[in-house]
Formats: sequence, structure tokens, C-alpha cells
Amino acid sequence: MATVTEPATRGHIPNEIFPPHPEGLLGGNHDTVTLGDKIADVVIGGSTPKAWWMWFLFGFMLLQGLVVGLAYLFYMGTGVWGINQPVAWGLAIVNFVWWIGIGHAGTLISAILLLMHQKWRTSINRFAEAMTLFAVSCAGIFPLVHMGRPWLGYWLFPFPNNMAVWPQPRSPLMWDAFAVSTYLTVSLVFWYVGLIPDLAILRDTAKHKLQRMAYGMLALGWRGSAYHWRRYEKLYLLLAGLGTPLVFSVHTIVSFDFAVAIVPLWHATIFPPFFVAGAIFSGFAMVVWLAVPLRHYYGMKDFITDKHMELCAKVMIATGLLVSFGYFCELWMGWYSHSLYEWETTYQRIWEGPYWWSYWCLITTNTIIPQLLWIKRVRTNELLLFLVAGSVHIGMWFERYVIIITLSRDHTPGAWGRYAPTEWDYAIMVGSVGLFITLFCLFIKFLPMISITEMREFLPFKQGGRDGHAVMENAK
Amino acid sequence: MSDTHTNAVPALYGIMAEFTNADALVAAVRKARESGYTRMDGYSPFPVGEVADELGFPRSEIGAIMFIGGLCGATFGFLMQTWITVYDYPISIGGKPFWSWPMYIPITWALLVLTASLSGVFGLLALCGLPQPYHPVFNVPQFARATRDRFFLCIESTDPNFGDGAGVKTFLATLHPDSIAEVPE
Repeated sequence: MATVTEPATRGHIPNEIFPPHPEGLLGGNHDTVTLGDKIADVVIGGSTPKAWWMWFLFGFMLLQGLVVGLAYLFYMGTGVWGINQPVAWGLAIVNFVWWIGIGHAGTLISAILLLMHQKWRTSINRFAEAMTLFAVSCAGIFPLVHMGRPWLGYWLFPFPNNMAVWPQPRSPLMWDAFAVSTYLTVSLVFWYVGLIPDLAILRDTAKHKLQRMAYGMLALGWRGSAYHWRRYEKLYLLLAGLGTPLVFSVHTIVSFDFAVAIVPLWHATIFPPFFVAGAIFSGFAMVVWLAVPLRHYYGMKDFITDKHMELCAKVMIATGLLVSFGYFCELWMGWYSHSLYEWETTYQRIWEGPYWWSYWCLITTNTIIPQLLWIKRVRTNELLLFLVAGSVHIGMWFERYVIIITLSRDHTPGAWGRYAPTEWDYAIMVGSVGLFITLFCLFIKFLPMISITEMREFLPFKQGGRDGHAVMENAK
Repeated sequence: MSDTHTNAVPALYGIMAEFTNADALVAAVRKARESGYTRMDGYSPFPVGEVADELGFPRSEIGAIMFIGGLCGATFGFLMQTWITVYDYPISIGGKPFWSWPMYIPITWALLVLTASLSGVFGLLALCGLPQPYHPVFNVPQFARATRDRFFLCIESTDPNFGDGAGVKTFLATLHPDSIAEVPE
């Protein structure tokens, strides 16, 4: 090595005392080095908390429900589920929409908040994006296995074939296949592009050869060149710019699965905005659910501060009200349209039908309980916020259940039916939760849960950073 | 290897100076440019847009690549659906027109986003020459801190003013860097 002057390694100079962050988005007393070490240590060398093993094993155990449930499903066919005529969709589609809704906040936080210059996105975007990927993966299972013959799933996509037939591009089901697979792909590359500089950090701080090689391969030889950064930031900004309308379009298309049908209460123009708001609502609830253990077990309160939690709560109350407005619109249109079927189905849904209780579960958990978030003490109390977010998870699940169960009350009483999920429905549903927990635990263990690069850039000037995310100015 | 090569000095990729903060790197690049150096690069642990500005790289190519990629994807998607529903497999549904183009928009849009994103990512990799696990700058021990807390300016040997490197070292020393190192090829 042709070193001319100083030796390479010098200890980190103990940091000065920095003033508290003006917006409360950063705690502790961090400079670029302590911040990077704190986040990278979880992956590189720090001991694994006992809670990680607890959660991982718990998730892995639940995952077996998916394995056994799917094995039995493939062996027997979809008859093992409770689906029937008229309720042909059942829990599979409930869970699909529930998961894909959760999967929307990740890209939304990352993309929209980036475009809006929201600095608080920086500490939560990485794990929220991971949440998106895993939730969309869970979601993708359901329509696939619901097809009955999932090994023919590729028939959803157009390709020249010897049967000389094509899928129907006017059908929302084909739109769905394109929208969800595009969303998964774009979310994956957005996440990976964001990870590349962090993987280079891990490569350079790795303690074992195996780590250095693995992260070195994944980092693609990133060296932080100014030319590369310029292109990188432009790409990141444009991916955010494409990701934002993509989030809206994907959940709009998911809502078209319902709204394009002529089933009473499904055939409504309120569905796309209503679904998008619901997706953001449930996604932020999941962000809260993931942020609380990260703060607790990994001591990330310096980066995911009380202020972040409160901001998530505020987004939840805004989107929660939009969703509640959607519920009101459904009732209003049922009455105001003077359509016999719309009103009768509404009446069956909320009072007369066998599933009236699920509607009121939905209203309680999704409209009434989230109103607690108006109180600042609830927004800033971790436990209460966690409980409210849990209520939103239940509520958003019931929202989709209520929509699906509408099939049991179609236009004529002769076509009415009942629906009850079987244990196999529940096994696969619980198993998908296990898959999510397992994947998220692995992510926490092997990849930096918070973007080190963006957090360093976010640090105030005095602390060695650039005082915020400058991607809007730098991306050219 | 013949004996004549064993004693040869390794070829130089460039000379590298180390700085402790981003502003020092920006100032150094500016001075280097003013002193007539053209082939150089700045390295930083997080993006510092001013460095690229000073290097004379005010605008990246990514926008154009993604625009063209997205346009190709959208055109392909729209024409594919037209081909399916009008020419190769026309099905009359409730007497609606075969060329029902508003129904093609969702898939056209999805393909636009997909191809624009992927062309952006692959464009980035192609333009940056990544993946490239080995690069001469990694030969400098100090450079391990380029992803931590240090900022580097490397004036490359391909620069017309490089000469044998002695002049570059003298120039870099005037910038008061933390260290100066030769970067072996």
C-alpha cells in the first residue's frame, strides 16, 4: 500500500454535546459515526435480543399453519374452505385485501413523504418498505391459491400459447395481476436501491469474512462516488415520483375488483378513494405496531421518537376519518339512490341480515375507537397507541369481511346464502401472519432497519450531516 | 512474471486526499477544478450534491432513460391489449366495441411504471459500471471510512496535468487534507 502520510485507523473522537433537535425528530447525542454504529451493530455484531428469538419462533410456529393449510388445500381443493355459492370469495379475498392495504403505507411513507419534504420519513421508511414487501408477499398468496389450480397461475398473464387464447384485458382481475406484480417489483427495487449505500456501510464495518463477502456482493461495489450519487438521487426521486401514483392506482385497481361488479353496494364510485384511504390507515397502524417493539427491544427511541409516533397517529386519524366518511357515503347512497336493491342490501348489512354484528364491529373498531387519537395523551402513550392501532387492524379486517359477506345477500332472496369460514381458512390466515412475522424478524437481523445513509444526511450540520434530506435539490 | 516486472512501481490510479467534512470536500473539488484538473472524483458517505456540481456533472442521464423506458412500456402495453382484443381474440361482450381503449389504461399504466422503474435501476447500474466489487480506490486503507465519516477527493492519473503525480501531491497539500495517499492501480 502506497500510503504517504497518516496511518489508516484512528479512534472515533468522543462527540460534543449537541442541542436537542428543533423538531424533536432525533434524540440522543449522535454524530454520523455513533448513529451509523448504533444501527449497524444490530446487524453486524450486537447480540440478538431474547425478544427477537421469541418473536421469530412465534412467527415461525404460526407459519406452519400456512404450510399445513396450503398442503391440505392443494391436496383436497378449495372445498376445504367455507366458500360456496353465493359467497364464492370468502376469507381468501378478505385477507388478500387486508394484507395489500397494510402493504401500501411502506411505499407511501417513503415516496409521498419524500416528495413532500417530510423529514420524519427518514427514520421509518426502511422498515416500512420492508413491511410493504412482506405484506404484499402475504397478500399475493391468497388470490393465487384461491384460483383452485394455482399451478396455472401464469394464465393470468398474456403470452402466446398453443391454446390460441388470451386473458381478458378488460377484466379487473387481469388489471389486478398486473398492478400487484408491478407494485411488488417496484417496491422491491425501491427498497433495494435505498439499501445499496447501507450495504456498503455494512461491508466496510463487517467483522467476519462471511459478512464482508455477503454484504460486499449485495452492495455491488458501491463506493460513494459523486457521479454515482447524482444518478442515484435522481433515480430515487423518480422512483418516489412513480411510486406515489402507483400506490394510489394499485389500491384503486384492487377496489375495481369489487366496484366493476354489479353487486349492490359494491358498484360504487366511492370505492377507489375509500380503499386507498383504508390502505393508508391500516398501513400506518402496522407501522406503529412495528415501531413499538423496535423502540423497545432495540432502543431505537433516539431515531423513532415520540414525535414520530405522534405523527403516525395524526395520519391515522386523518385517514380514519376519510374511511368513516366512506362508510357514511355507502349508507347515504343506499338511501338516496332510491334503488330497492341498494337499500335492502344496506339494511341487511347493518341490521336485518345474519352478519349485522360484523358491521358494528367494524364501526366500533374503525370509526369509534380511533377517535381516541384526538387526545394527545393517547397519541404519545406507546401502549394506548399500540392498542388503538390493534383496533384498526381488526377494523380493517372486518371492513373487507363486511364487503365480502355482502355476497350472501344478492338481488333476490332466492339467491341468498350463508358463509362460515372453516378451520382451514383460519389456518392459512394465521399462517400468513406467521409468514409476515418471520420475514420481518429476518429482515431486522440481517439488514439495517433504519436507513443509515439517509439518517446521516438528515443530521443537523453541526452533527456532521446535511440538515435534512436534500434529494429534491440534489436530484438532477 | 519476469524479473523486470517484480521491481516495477505499481501503476498509479490517482492521488487521494482525505477530508473530515463535506464542505471541505466541496471546496477542494472547486479549487482542483480551478487549478485545471479535469479527471477526478469525490467520495462521500452520503450524497453531497454540490460535489457533483463542482465536478461539472450538473445533470444525470437517469431522467431521460426512465422517460424512454416508460414510454416504451406504455406503448407496448397499449398495443398488446389492442392486438388481443381487436385482432387476435375479439370477444363481443354486451355489444361493446372491441377497441374499448379506456379499459386498457390500468395495464398500460402498470407497464409504464414497471418499465420506467426497471430501466432506471438498470440504467443506474450500467452508467455507474456496477456491480464492480473491486476498484483501485479500495486499495487505500483510509478509504474504509468513506462509508463512515470521511470525504475523499481522488485526482486520477488519466488527467492531462497529472504528470508523475508529484505536482498533484503538492497541490493537494495546499488544501490541508487529513491525509494524502497514492492509489495503486
